[in-house]
Amino acid sequence: MTMTVDLDLCQNHGQCVYAAPEVFAFDEDEILTYQPEPPESQHDKVRAAVAACPVRAIRLVGES
Amino acid sequence: MSPLRRIVVVGASLAGLRAAEALRRSGYAGELVLVGDEPHLPYDRPPLTKQFLNDGWRPEQTALPVAPGLDATWRLGVPVTRLDVSAHAVHLADGARLHYDGAVLATGARARPWPGPTTPTGVHTIRGLDDAIQVAKALPHAGRLLIVGAGFLGGEVAAAARALGVPATLVESQDWPLLAPAGPHVGRFVAALHRAHGVDLRLGVRVRDFTGNARGELTGAELTDGTNVEADLAVLALGAKPNIEWLAGSGLITDGGLVCDEYCRPLWDDGRPAPDVVAAGDLARWPHPLAGNELISLGHWSNAVEQATAAAQTLLQPDTTPGYRPVPSFWSDLYGVRMRSVGLPHLADVSAVIEHDDSKHRLVVTYHRNGQLIGALTANRTSRLAPFRAEFQRHLSGTHPSALPA
Repeated sequence: MTMTVDLDLCQNHGQCVYAAPEVFAFDEDEILTYQPEPPESQHDKVRAAVAACPVRAIRLVGES
Repeated sequence: MSPLRRIVVVGASLAGLRAAEALRRSGYAGELVLVGDEPHLPYDRPPLTKQFLNDGWRPEQTALPVAPGLDATWRLGVPVTRLDVSAHAVHLADGARLHYDGAVLATGARARPWPGPTTPTGVHTIRGLDDAIQVAKALPHAGRLLIVGAGFLGGEVAAAARALGVPATLVESQDWPLLAPAGPHVGRFVAALHRAHGVDLRLGVRVRDFTGNARGELTGAELTDGTNVEADLAVLALGAKPNIEWLAGSGLITDGGLVCDEYCRPLWDDGRPAPDVVAAGDLARWPHPLAGNELISLGHWSNAVEQATAAAQTLLQPDTTPGYRPVPSFWSDLYGVRMRSVGLPHLADVSAVIEHDDSKHRLVVTYHRNGQLIGALTANRTSRLAPFRAEFQRHLSGTHPSALPA
């Protein structure tokens, strides 16, 4: 699984951080950081994060 | 895998759509019907008081994406009139009677209307897309906008007006904006934001009545402190009422919302769950452990999404459903300041300021009830919320739902 987050769309709703805290976090400057290639153990949580993002900023590459 | 052949989802907004998608994701292959009283396909409401007013969004830009393969029959523009639980049927305003094997009730809530008999032309609510289209058309040309109610919605509309350079008067009956949902610290912070952006903020007063000219067009309002406000456009932001009237006579408990158990199942008058029916979104009230199992309802985006998924699971896999005990969260954007919350701040009896920096518009407030942490709210400090959220999650995973009663 490879993912990208459109940081221009991201408005720091934080829903991805709640859904997959091992993959998404905010740094001290309130910028979202994330692992673009999360381990398989995190894939379900990442899919939950995709569904939870109110602005649909998270894209899974190669998955529809 | 499932004996259900037809599921009717009543309500075609966020909760209804996400419930339908969850049903398909869980392998439901039967007939799926979505009923909605608005003529529109599901759309997203948060942008209606933001991008739709400020960034020239077209209505189609608010559309919620519909998952490919949903394979649903849409019955749009038709209000629902009655639920017959024992006959497993939903009655629609056009006379249709839809039999169901399973039903998802997700009719949401509507804007609380003006309590007076009539209002002049130019007074709007802003909950639906059709409302927002009217406001978006009128707002850039308004001489002055009057907003009644300084909650999240009213505040966002005031901010949208100011971003367009439109003078705005914001009237709030409480002593601070957001006092009930977020307490006095946030209230003072938000009041300062409004005033810094030129909003004429009137606190502790109500609109007694609107005034109009001979053509019935809005000219302003009289306030309860005896002052008058001039305005040619007004937005009512008085909160929401659950759409439960159509459930009268169904035998289900409707008391400030559709009363459900923690598995999203509506309850009969005698307290038993009704068969083959689940509910999700703004109309539902259910017991939440974070609230000491008091009934709560949450008109939040994330609740519509999460409760819809939980409700779908109850319908399809009632034996393995874990119970719906989410960590609530909501957000609001004001003048570029990002307000984010977890937990249930509105139930707090006391709140505490952890951080307050006016120059950076930063705020961190915690909420407590009976000495226990019950919520947190930040402004421009979303990074500080995750630990609070994790603590609520731990608390909730330590509370085990009772066995699913039949």
